[in-house]
Amino acid sequence: MFSRAYRAAITVPPLLWIAVFLVVPYALLFCYSFWSVSSSQVIVHSWSLDNYRELLHVHVYLQTLFRSMWIAARVTIFSLLLGYPLAYFLSFYAGDRKDLFYQLVIIPLWVSYLVRAYAWKTILGSDGVLNTLLQYVHLTKHPLEFLLYSPFAVVLTLTHIYTPFAFLPIYASLEHIPRNLVEASHDLGASPMQTFWRVIFPLSIPGVLAGATFAFVLSLGDFLAPLLLGGPSGLMISNIVVSLFGAAYDWPLGAAISLCMLLLVLALLFLSENLEKRWSFR
Amino acid sequence: MSTMTSQSEAGRETPGTARSLLAIHNVAKSFGKNPVLRDISLEIAQGEFLTILGESGSGKTTLLRIIAGFESADSGEILMEGERLDLQPPYRRQVNTVFQHYALFPHLTVEENVGYGLRVAKRPKEEIATRVDQALAMVKMSAFAKSKPAKISGGQQQRIALARALVNRPRLLLLDEPLSALDANLRRQMQVELKSLQREVGIAFVFVTHDQEEAMVMSDRIALLRMGELEQVASPREIYSRPATAYTAQFIGHTNLLKGEVRAGVARCGSLDWPVALPDGPVLYSLRPENLRVTKSMAGGPGVNVVRFRARIRHRAFHGSTELLQVECVDGLKLSVRTAGSDPRQDDLELEFSPEDAIPVRPSEERA
Repeated sequence: MFSRAYRAAITVPPLLWIAVFLVVPYALLFCYSFWSVSSSQVIVHSWSLDNYRELLHVHVYLQTLFRSMWIAARVTIFSLLLGYPLAYFLSFYAGDRKDLFYQLVIIPLWVSYLVRAYAWKTILGSDGVLNTLLQYVHLTKHPLEFLLYSPFAVVLTLTHIYTPFAFLPIYASLEHIPRNLVEASHDLGASPMQTFWRVIFPLSIPGVLAGATFAFVLSLGDFLAPLLLGGPSGLMISNIVVSLFGAAYDWPLGAAISLCMLLLVLALLFLSENLEKRWSFR
Repeated sequence: MSTMTSQSEAGRETPGTARSLLAIHNVAKSFGKNPVLRDISLEIAQGEFLTILGESGSGKTTLLRIIAGFESADSGEILMEGERLDLQPPYRRQVNTVFQHYALFPHLTVEENVGYGLRVAKRPKEEIATRVDQALAMVKMSAFAKSKPAKISGGQQQRIALARALVNRPRLLLLDEPLSALDANLRRQMQVELKSLQREVGIAFVFVTHDQEEAMVMSDRIALLRMGELEQVASPREIYSRPATAYTAQFIGHTNLLKGEVRAGVARCGSLDWPVALPDGPVLYSLRPENLRVTKSMAGGPGVNVVRFRARIRHRAFHGSTELLQVECVDGLKLSVRTAGSDPRQDDLELEFSPEDAIPVRPSEERA
C-alpha cells in the first residue's frame, strides 16, 4: 500500500529514538552494574556480581530502600485518601463547575516541582510560616523541629505533588461509570451509601490501582524532596544513587541499585496492570 | 408523616380508589425554559399494562423518570395508593425500572445482578437464593446464572434486567423502551413474552415506547403523549377506532384526514357529502384506508348507507396481504385506500365508505 520510503520515514525516527535514549542507556546501565572501580578510580570492565552482593550485605542500602518504600507507601495512601474524594465529588456533584474544579486540580502541575518543594521549606522551617504562626498563637514556645528535615516533610511534599497524579486516573474511571448504573442501584432500593460501596467503588478500582501505581512509583524514585526537605532521616534510595554517580564515583554500584529499582518498578507495573484487567469489564 | 398515614387510610376506605394504583395529578416539568411536561394527569390501575406512547421529545421518558424518582416534577403530585410517592427518594419507592440499555452491573454475575435488590434490602441468604432461582427460571435464564453481563446477548441481558426488577415484587414496573435495542424478530417475540409475563405476575406495567405497533400489541391502555401533553388515553381498540384528535389518528395507524364543513345536518368534504348529527361549522374527519372499499356492483345505484365516489389510482404499494393505493378524486382530493388487492388493468375505481367510519376529530394545531 505505502511505499517502502514512506514506511521507513515513519518508523525509523521513533525506533532510532528508542534505541538511542532507551535501549543503549539501559544496556550500558546493565553492563556497568557488573563492572567495578579500581583503587585508582578507573572503571574495570571485568564481570562479577560483587555490586549486587554489596547491595545485599551493606545495611544502609537495604535500609534506605525500605525507608523509600515506606515513604512511597504513605504518599500513596494519602494521595488516594485526598484524590479519591476529590475525584468523586468532581465527577458526581460538581455539576456545571466540573471543568473549573478540574482545572484547579491540574494547574499546580504547571508550577515547577522545585518551586513547590521550596514553598514547603518556607512553610515548615524553624523560622517558617507554620512555626511562626504556632508560636504567635502560643501553641508552642519553641519552633517544632520535626516539621522540616524529616520523613514527615518528605511525605507531606510528595503527597502534595503527586495527589493530582492519583486523582486523574480515578477521575477518569469515575467519569466512565454509566450513570444509569447508579440510577439502577437506587431503583433497586440501594441507598446512596450502598450504591457507592456496591457499584461506584468497585467500578473505579482500575482507576484507583492506576493512581496508586503513579503515586508509588513516582515518589519511590524521587530525590529532590528528600534532598531539600528530608534531612539525614528522610534520605531516599535515589539520593544514594545520585551520590554514587557523583561525589562517590562508584558508577557500577549506582547502576546495580538503579537496575534493582527498575526491576522493582517493572514488577509493580506488571502487578497493577494484571489487577486492573481483573477489575475492568468492558 | 401524619398526613401521609391518614391519606393512606382514606385511600383504603374509599371503594372508588381501591383499583387505582398510581395517580398522577397535574405534573409539569421544564428543563430550563423548555417545558417538557405540561399538566399531566393520569391514573394507573392495579395490574394494568399501560403504555406511554410518543415521539422522541414528547416527554415520555421524563414522565417515567419522574415516577421512578430520577427527576422531580416542578409541580403536581404523584400518589401510590393514596400516599405521596413523589416525596420519596427513588430507593424507597416500591417501583422498579427496566432501563433502556438494561443498566446491568458489569462487575456482578447474572445471579448477583438479579439478587442485588434483595441483598441491599438485607434479606436472608436462603430467601435470596430461592427468589433469584425462581426469577431466573421465569425468564428462562437459569443456565446463565454465573455469567457476567458482557458475556450474554442483548436479548438475554433484557431478560436479566426484567428478572432483576421483578424479583423485588414491586407494586409497579416501569419499562423505558426496553425492546428498542433488539432486532425486529426478537422484538416481536419479546413483546408476546413480556405481555404474558405481565399477566402471570399481575404487576402493573408502565411501558414507554415510540413504536405505535408495539403499543397496540401489548397494552391494556395507551396514553399518547405529544409535546408534553396527553392527547388521548384509551384502549388500543378505542384509540384506533375512535381517535380524539387528528394527531392521534395519524400517529396510530394510517388515516385520511378530510377537512370539511357541516351545514344543516350534512357534512361536505369536497365533492363528498353525507348526513350527520353535528352542529353547523367546520369539521375534520379521520377515515381509515381500510374503511374505504372498492364498490362491488356498479349497478346498485346510490347506496343508502354508503358514500360512493369515483377516483383514479395514482400509486400502488404492495404489502403482501394488502395493497395500499393512493387515489385521486375528481375534485383533486387525494386518499389512501387499503384493499386486499386491485386489478392491475383498472385505473379508475368506484369507491365507497360508511359514514359511521368517518370519525370527527379535533384538529391538532402545530406547535413549535
